[in-house]
Amino acid sequence: MNQELVVVSRKNGHKSSKVTLNVYRIICYAVLLIMVFLCLFPFYIMLVNCTRANSDIQKSFSLWFGTNLSNNLRNLFKNKNYPIASATLNSAWLALVCATLTVYFSALTAYATHIYNFKGKKFVSTFIIAIMMIPTQVSALGLILMLYDIQAKTGIRLMDTFIPLVLPSICAPITYFYLKQYMDSVLPTEVIEAARVDGSSEFGIFHKMVLPMIKPALAVQFIFAFVNSWNNYFLPSMILSSKSNYTLPILIASLKASDPSTFDFGQIYCLMTIAVLPLIVVYFIFSKSIIKGLTSGAVKG
Amino acid sequence: MKKNSNHSIEEVVLPDGTIRRVKKNVSYNKWGYIFLIPFFVIFIIFQLIPLGQTIYYSFFEYYFKLGLTQVGPNFVGFENFVKLLTGEMFWKYLGNTLVIWIMGAIPQFIFALLFAVWFTDARLKLKFQGFFKAIVYMPNLIMATAFGYLFFMLLGMTGPISVLLQQLGIISETFSFRESAVWVRIVIAFINVLMWTGNTCILLMSGIMGIDESIFESARIDGSGSFRTFRSMTMPLLMPIFVYVFITSMIGGIQLFDAAQIYTQTMGGPQASSYTIIMYLSSLINGSRNYGVSGALSVILFIITGILSILVFKTLIPSKNIAKQEKRIHTKRDIWLRLNNSCYAEGALYESRTSSSK
Repeated sequence: MNQELVVVSRKNGHKSSKVTLNVYRIICYAVLLIMVFLCLFPFYIMLVNCTRANSDIQKSFSLWFGTNLSNNLRNLFKNKNYPIASATLNSAWLALVCATLTVYFSALTAYATHIYNFKGKKFVSTFIIAIMMIPTQVSALGLILMLYDIQAKTGIRLMDTFIPLVLPSICAPITYFYLKQYMDSVLPTEVIEAARVDGSSEFGIFHKMVLPMIKPALAVQFIFAFVNSWNNYFLPSMILSSKSNYTLPILIASLKASDPSTFDFGQIYCLMTIAVLPLIVVYFIFSKSIIKGLTSGAVKG
Repeated sequence: MKKNSNHSIEEVVLPDGTIRRVKKNVSYNKWGYIFLIPFFVIFIIFQLIPLGQTIYYSFFEYYFKLGLTQVGPNFVGFENFVKLLTGEMFWKYLGNTLVIWIMGAIPQFIFALLFAVWFTDARLKLKFQGFFKAIVYMPNLIMATAFGYLFFMLLGMTGPISVLLQQLGIISETFSFRESAVWVRIVIAFINVLMWTGNTCILLMSGIMGIDESIFESARIDGSGSFRTFRSMTMPLLMPIFVYVFITSMIGGIQLFDAAQIYTQTMGGPQASSYTIIMYLSSLINGSRNYGVSGALSVILFIITGILSILVFKTLIPSKNIAKQEKRIHTKRDIWLRLNNSCYAEGALYESRTSSSK
């Protein structure tokens, strides 16, 4: 009945309302295009300046690419002030390990509260959601003091190592929350029970059945966990101090623009591109499923 | 419904008697505890104990004179808190942080709301939605330090954007974006707008999509215009989610650090007008190594975010008021439930906001 009414109202619709709708539409596109411009322009300039020589960058503004890209890159990797190669590697493997741990253990935790009925289950789920909003910054001081303490008492040096950055990624309440939500919608208890009847072990069920079933959610969460680690600055900047351990955000933070004469802008733009571009490329490859997962996941839940 | 009962195992058709089933049930459920071990061990070691340590040392005088000679730890009670709360710095930096957050949050929420409404408007049927969403969301994934440094470069005296604006005659040759207190704040807020509009938009969008389509349809049939539909239909129904997103944005705003730190090169701009509260914390821990005062500051931040988080949880629980409202707008009984469901799910999207400090 509703549909009929819509049809009728459409037929009776005045031309003027169509015109206003079109005007409205044009305004929408205009505002959206301005936003797109604002989002892309800074990065476009960054890319352009990657390809230009330092002297050109300082002299004038350009909207089009230069020819100096390979030169800039070569100089950047030769420059001993910027440990770019090791920083990229550190960032990459750190993000990879952290994202893997985050996704795997969050799935395990979510599975535990999804399928099993143990005492205190409700408390556990509420507790994990409650700790979700504690910012890492408030416990940073305690963590650092604890690391110093461990070093003083046992001689095990954890400051300036990656351990205190890698291990905490096992405890990721937000990833847990998302995966729990996803399991609620795709993982019926009956399937697990059927597998049990077939004689699979609990770990076996988790690895061979549950993980493949929640693959789409795992993939999206992996990307987010990777991005978080790749971009993380606050805690790494407090824990990592030697140059060989720098990650990309720390390297960028260590740049000082004090002396323009020795400062090669071409190299700096290249460095920032290396820090930013890989994620943008990966994002655009998967952007459809990421955005879809973000929006529909919420509605489905 | 089944998994909430303790007898979910009964669903398995076994030829055996009850006793055996119960046994099985119990032996399975111990795996729940086993699977939770890693999460909680790591939580205790890397979050709970450090948090306890932070609180503990907030009651001590504990710092390094000139960064070298250790003083303390001596128990001083609430002295660190008194020192912080009666000093100028804490309030100034907290004020800076809030001002920058508000400067970013207003345009961010206006744009996010507009885009969310446009993307979900069935009458409007915007094309290239996927493209727009992808681009607007993209900056959220970009390293905030790189963002800060990129703007630091672009807006320097000889930076490309400054040069462009000079050539166009918009700004004078002597103007510097880095040396004007207002502009430093604007730039940092602008970075935040770029980074968070897409995220907020997607949250609000899923909120709107959770509202029953038929309400919009009947509004359309009643001849309600876009603005009226938005004001009297979308917004009231979206309100819980809007409040939720707003408060989480505030929690994120308090953590403002990366972009401000890098854009102002740790100095906080002219007269430290863009020095944020986390920059203060960072300099207390890393720079002056004043562990006592930084502990107190951490505790205060913990309390602030705690209060805000409780507010978030309150918005997640349906209140009687909204139930009344729902009746008033003649909607189906399950609309609120649906909204509420999607609200829970959005907690998931909260992730990027918390885990990567801006």
